[in-house]
Amino acid sequence: MRTANRTGDAAVLRDVAAIGAAMLAVGASFGAMAVAAGLPAWATLAMSVFVYAGGAQFMAVGLVAAGSPLAGVLAGLLLNARHLPFGLALGGSLGPARWRRLLGSHLMTDEATAFALARPAGPARRHAFWVAGALLFLAWNAGTLLGVVAGGAVGDPAVLGLDAAFPAGLAALLLPSLRDPQTRRIALAGAGLAVLATPFLPAGLPVLLALVAVVVPALRRRTPAAATGPSAAIGPAAAIRPSAAIRPDTAIAPDAIVRTEEASC
Amino acid sequence: MLIAVIIALAAGTYGFRVAGVLLRDRLELPEWSRQLLPVAAAALLAALAATAALTEAGGFAGYARPAGVLVGLALAWRRVPFVLVVVAAAGTTALLRLLGVE
Repeated sequence: MRTANRTGDAAVLRDVAAIGAAMLAVGASFGAMAVAAGLPAWATLAMSVFVYAGGAQFMAVGLVAAGSPLAGVLAGLLLNARHLPFGLALGGSLGPARWRRLLGSHLMTDEATAFALARPAGPARRHAFWVAGALLFLAWNAGTLLGVVAGGAVGDPAVLGLDAAFPAGLAALLLPSLRDPQTRRIALAGAGLAVLATPFLPAGLPVLLALVAVVVPALRRRTPAAATGPSAAIGPAAAIRPSAAIRPDTAIAPDAIVRTEEASC
Repeated sequence: MLIAVIIALAAGTYGFRVAGVLLRDRLELPEWSRQLLPVAAAALLAALAATAALTEAGGFAGYARPAGVLVGLALAWRRVPFVLVVVAAAGTTALLRLLGVE
């Protein structure tokens, strides 16, 4: 049992190290880019330690350098809003102690979330989250420092194909959970929505749009009348409905219907 | 000004991160919605992977990157170790770029 745990731990460490190596290199390119854009070294390092969100950091530095710091903050926050649902999904996986929740929250990234959720809930998931969280934080910040010091000597990570490493890693971590048909349907629909919306929406929103693929089927299942609901509120269909006063009842009734349906399944 | 940007971005980002974690304790979620939380996270991660694989600055990212991701995905599907998946994806994209494919 102990050896089984040990090999499990070693496997997590090895897998995280692969992503960590890529993060080190991208962190270095962030450090070099920020300094080249005119950011002082302390600000570049402080960003990686305290913001610790790669996409938002690149975006904010770009917008600050272009003279729109407020846009940099807003765009960065929009990009990071996805962490709220990540936190809801991870919840107690960060550990029971309060300090673990408060510190672990700061270490939450897409990759740490994916590594954690790829493991069954319990000690294995908590361990994966902390290994990924701590190691990737160190890699990102060591990389940033390297980039600040080395400056232009840091190469373009695109030459190494590292921009393909992150989506491939995320997809590989997701693959087992996609064996569940419902999760697969929703995840693929969400990914499709996000890609289609990308040319039209500011960065960050397309990914959040994936939540539509989660919420809409859930609401439809809970309230079978939901399909007619919105149109009823607008007008014509309201004439068919007896009265708006009945709505509170209809909100309860479908619930009961769903319950019995679930019970019969 | 710069320090204000960093503080605002750091505080806001940490706010999003910690809000979800702490809300999970406080919210009395019904079972059906609690089961949806990991599904929601999977949908967000899938959307991230797909947009990161296919798009760059709102446009198409070119062929080299999605080709690398596809190779990685095919290897992951065949249960090849994670490290090889990541290295093969990056290697394929790097090789394609070396050959002049963008």
